[in-house]
Amino acid sequence: MTRTKLLSAATTIAALALATAPAMAQTKFEFWYGLSGDLSERIQEMCGTFNQSQADYEIVCVSQETYENNLQNTIAAFRADKQPTVTQISDGGTLDLMLSGAYVPVRQLMEENGYDIKWDDYFSGIASYYSTSSGELLSMPFNSSTAMFYYNSDALKAVGFEGAPQTWEQVEKIARDLKAAGYDCPVAFDPTGTWQWFEQFSAAHNQPIASNGNGFGGLDAVVQFNQGKFVDQLTWIKKMYDEGLFVAKSKAIGETANDAFVNAKCQMSSSSIADHGTFGKQAIEGMLWDVTMLPLWEGTERTNTLVGGASLWTLKGSTPDQYKGAAAFYAFLATPKQAEWWSTVTGYIPVTNSGFKAMTDKGFYSAAPYKGRELAIQSLTATPPTEYTRGVRLGNFGAIRLEVANAMQEVLFNNVPVQQALDAAAERSNAVLRKFEATYPGQTLP
Amino acid sequence: MERRAFYQNPVLPWLLLAPQLLLVLVFFYWPTSQALFWAFTLEQPWGGGNTWAGFNNFLYIFGDGRYWATVARSAFYAIAVSAISMCLALTLAMFVDRALKGTRMFQSVFVWPYAIAAPAAGVAFRFIFAPEAGLIGAVNEMWPGIWNPATNGFHALGMVIVCHAWLGIGYNFIFFLAALQMLPKSLSEAGAMDGARPYRRMLDIQLPLIAPTVFFLLIMNLISSFTDSFGLIDVMTEGGPINATEVMVYKLYVDGFKGLDYSGAAAQSIVLMLLVIALTFVQFRWVEKRVHYN
Repeated sequence: MTRTKLLSAATTIAALALATAPAMAQTKFEFWYGLSGDLSERIQEMCGTFNQSQADYEIVCVSQETYENNLQNTIAAFRADKQPTVTQISDGGTLDLMLSGAYVPVRQLMEENGYDIKWDDYFSGIASYYSTSSGELLSMPFNSSTAMFYYNSDALKAVGFEGAPQTWEQVEKIARDLKAAGYDCPVAFDPTGTWQWFEQFSAAHNQPIASNGNGFGGLDAVVQFNQGKFVDQLTWIKKMYDEGLFVAKSKAIGETANDAFVNAKCQMSSSSIADHGTFGKQAIEGMLWDVTMLPLWEGTERTNTLVGGASLWTLKGSTPDQYKGAAAFYAFLATPKQAEWWSTVTGYIPVTNSGFKAMTDKGFYSAAPYKGRELAIQSLTATPPTEYTRGVRLGNFGAIRLEVANAMQEVLFNNVPVQQALDAAAERSNAVLRKFEATYPGQTLP
Repeated sequence: MERRAFYQNPVLPWLLLAPQLLLVLVFFYWPTSQALFWAFTLEQPWGGGNTWAGFNNFLYIFGDGRYWATVARSAFYAIAVSAISMCLALTLAMFVDRALKGTRMFQSVFVWPYAIAAPAAGVAFRFIFAPEAGLIGAVNEMWPGIWNPATNGFHALGMVIVCHAWLGIGYNFIFFLAALQMLPKSLSEAGAMDGARPYRRMLDIQLPLIAPTVFFLLIMNLISSFTDSFGLIDVMTEGGPINATEVMVYKLYVDGFKGLDYSGAAAQSIVLMLLVIALTFVQFRWVEKRVHYN
């Protein structure tokens, strides 16, 4: 915690130092975000560009390290009336914001400040995640991604596998061959990575995470992850873990799955497409790697995966001038040049149809190092969103993610039977949902 | 004969008390009343409304198996930390009190751990106990996988307990040493003349005589391990793996700030507060009055 505070203080000072150069008499406003490391540096760069591009507003960008921290700190600040004008809230936190009554809808903000945004240009999957049921976008789509599967091409070739693994059966076979060939860690598995290993797995296989269409149908949804294919998937992961084919990697264990992959210690891993840029930078010299869509089980049809990442929420309580600044900032983010830069230096997908088309036409996706990123779009648009793949709209979803992460660890480390662990997690998750429902009595989803 | 001072002016004492009362009011009673209010309502995380919940929040935590597991874990944690810390501190104090060579140096050296902030110590111990890179890594090289606090809950809990006990040694040491040095030397010397060895003198003469200090420290250690464990756990394990190091004070933080369940957390903090009040009450009413040798 102390480290986080120091770091964010340092970044604030850095941002201030960067931003105080241009003329005075500017309207200052804050933007809090939940990214760290390389992605945080990209955001600071972006804020610098915005500040230099105009003279009226000065954005101060503050990293809160993780999405969870940012949500907590934003709430604490909001309660103390010290909130930033703009905050970045992850996919899973969307409903927490929707019912909070603490925001200004982005559509209203842009209209009031005279910006004409083509709202129907946004990818439908992204737009529906952050919109009301009537289709009004509440927050500004910003960094959007989905989960992908990364693999070390050299290692796979060494055991005679060409191309990308498409099915979990193939992953299992490759992992066995790698182990036999002396690789210690065929697959890096993050036991806290519920987003890629649980949510996105469920979406790709069209499995419900919760009833009521993952909660879109109302606050009385109950979770259902303890009934479908995820139970078999976790059973399989446990088997692979016991055989040493999946190796647990996380911050607590001392090395993250991403680090293990870029250092070529682990040969396969699952992570966000957003890491594509970072992997390109960090992979050890000479390492050949590639990315593909999440593998499926043989005999299943692929459905579209969920939009991950985060969107930007404008909070109540700022001055009209600050709102003008926020609107100018959003408009700046939506410019084709800026959107393309953001997609290039990270791995986040362009959020508009026209943006994606422009980049495809330029041949962005046809050559290294960006080749492969178009697969994320392919994964997101594999089918039109179904009842269970348009998103997750559950209250306090962060707490539910923690329950699932705990269940995965209990299965792996403490040998708790899969069904028992998931049933317990489901029961606790439902208690969380009921409490959320009771906290907002009589309210319906917007 | 007891002499008492009286103020003629009834307002003056209150004026003199005012700064202190104001501080206590703002930093203690006001937050406590807020927590009490939340404990009986369902508070919306973003503010903007709450509904009366009666005793539901308390019923919910008392009906929750995981909460009771946390209570049991906290009790074990408190007892283990107090026992380890006090035993080591007492041993050290005994040796220093015997005026062996280098006593004056050890007198100040043993106090140092107390001056280290818990999170800083946590970072150091996390490094020492890191399964691969840490100093303990050698053990894992001899017997692979024998030590791993990242996946084994018992290891993680043990690691935090050792660190917390280590931090408390300095505090306990000062009190023990002061108490031992207050004892008249003649008692120990008389024992020695009767042929009692140092260990026997400690058990039969010194320990009973410093009993009030022992009980005082016991209560202080128990209270400290209930409330001060937060910083250590947050730095070392964040309550994991799989909640294995989640004690009461950490669970209420997780539920409140990470789980956005302000009301459940408020109810838990009220329970924790009652527990600490009870311990303090025991300290004042029972221990201070009864455990005395004159």
